[in-house]
Amino acid sequence: MKYYAYYPGCSMEATGAPVETAIHAIAKPLDLEFIELEDWTCCGSSPYSGVDKFKAIGITARTLAQAEKTGLDLVTPCSSCFTILHETNDLLKENHKLADRVRGALSEVGLTYNGTVRVRHVVEVLFNDLGPKTIAATVVRPLTGLKVACYHGCQQVRPSYGFDDSEYPDWLDKMAVALGAEPVNFPLKARCCGSSLVISEPDTAIELIYRLLQNAADNGAQAMITTTCPLCHLALDGYQASVNRKYKTKFHIPALAISQAIAFALGLDFKTSGLNGNITSPQKLLEPFMATQSRSTEVKIPAA
Amino acid sequence: MSENVHMTFMDEVAALPACDKINECIQCGVCSGSCSTAERWEYPPRKVIAMVRAGMKDELLKSNSIWFCVSCYLCTARCPRDIKPANIVHGLESMALKEGYKPPTTTTTMYRSFAGSITEYGRVYEFGFMLKYFLKTNPFAALKMLPLAISLFTHGRMPLTAKPVKGREQLTKIISKMSEGGVR
Repeated sequence: MKYYAYYPGCSMEATGAPVETAIHAIAKPLDLEFIELEDWTCCGSSPYSGVDKFKAIGITARTLAQAEKTGLDLVTPCSSCFTILHETNDLLKENHKLADRVRGALSEVGLTYNGTVRVRHVVEVLFNDLGPKTIAATVVRPLTGLKVACYHGCQQVRPSYGFDDSEYPDWLDKMAVALGAEPVNFPLKARCCGSSLVISEPDTAIELIYRLLQNAADNGAQAMITTTCPLCHLALDGYQASVNRKYKTKFHIPALAISQAIAFALGLDFKTSGLNGNITSPQKLLEPFMATQSRSTEVKIPAA
Repeated sequence: MSENVHMTFMDEVAALPACDKINECIQCGVCSGSCSTAERWEYPPRKVIAMVRAGMKDELLKSNSIWFCVSCYLCTARCPRDIKPANIVHGLESMALKEGYKPPTTTTTMYRSFAGSITEYGRVYEFGFMLKYFLKTNPFAALKMLPLAISLFTHGRMPLTAKPVKGREQLTKIISKMSEGGVR
């Protein structure tokens, strides 16, 4: 069993719920334990750093300090949380004046941070700590022949915090292959979904989402396999109807977060895989693969 | 509007966290060429940096530029001088809001509603902060969002009540202490 300090991030309690459900569903069969940080608070994301950079750093530091107490790697499924936590962690090591200010603020609430936390992304953990081979060995319901566009998004791979490539990454593609699927060429796989502006500048964001869906469709994708980022997943899954209305398109490209795709391939049922929470329903697309019987969560992993 | 008359606009920006390399910009334009939304910026990223260095504070912070940044970090990953344009842009955003600039965008209101949710509950309560944003800007725009909101609700993805966490008390103290050091 591998243990991690887990930071879900605010969206996982709402719009990201289906992705989150699947993460918890696959953890046990894959021998991972995500231990949620007690009483965690928001990382601030980009909006807070746009309101007040210093306060934003202070609130992110609280999470780092909490995680340090556990002695475990800090893992988050949200790419925005990942970047903010990583960036703040680096800043506190490089900028001593800032680190002093943060130390003062944390001491007000009885916390300290010594800069020892390693910030990681769920996708990176799945790829590096398990790996496609181990994942492949657990598959009982392969997605044979399913053509997928693998969407990595922005903040998982950029600025550049330990992923393979900041422009054309392929870890999700390799994991999709492990599940039996066929990744298609997807040039926009690490381009922006516009989530951060989807409320205040919907035209801008919906145009970016449209470009992604069109690019996936042009390359023959029947579905998308996305990062675990709840914002990316919501953009691609939830906003398809908005794109269709605005651009008079007829996209129906189910977006499965990698956690959901793995859950399904492990033989877990629709509800346990969080798939019934998807707005662009994958039911019809996945039905042909359901012939393989669902089974309980007990999966034996062979040695890597 | 600058609170410190002895500092140039560029000094002020360079003093913000992760913005210290701004003077190493060679104006190559890779940031503008990479930007996911450049066509919507009144002054695209390369010009933003040039304007900071030229001291054109009012002109820049009154414009819609910077507010279209979607934090995709393409500029930052590609910058040959590693000046971190995305961080500079967020630094400029926080400077504009603190100093009372009123750029022509409602993203400022969205950011404030988002931040308000953090201080009130300790976490971002998605439904609440969006509602607040729409009520403050254009309640009719919320109607456009209604089909998706209903869909999210029926799929169990849009709780209608906030769940304040205990940690918000610590956050309040941290935030107040962090603001004591001034803007730099």
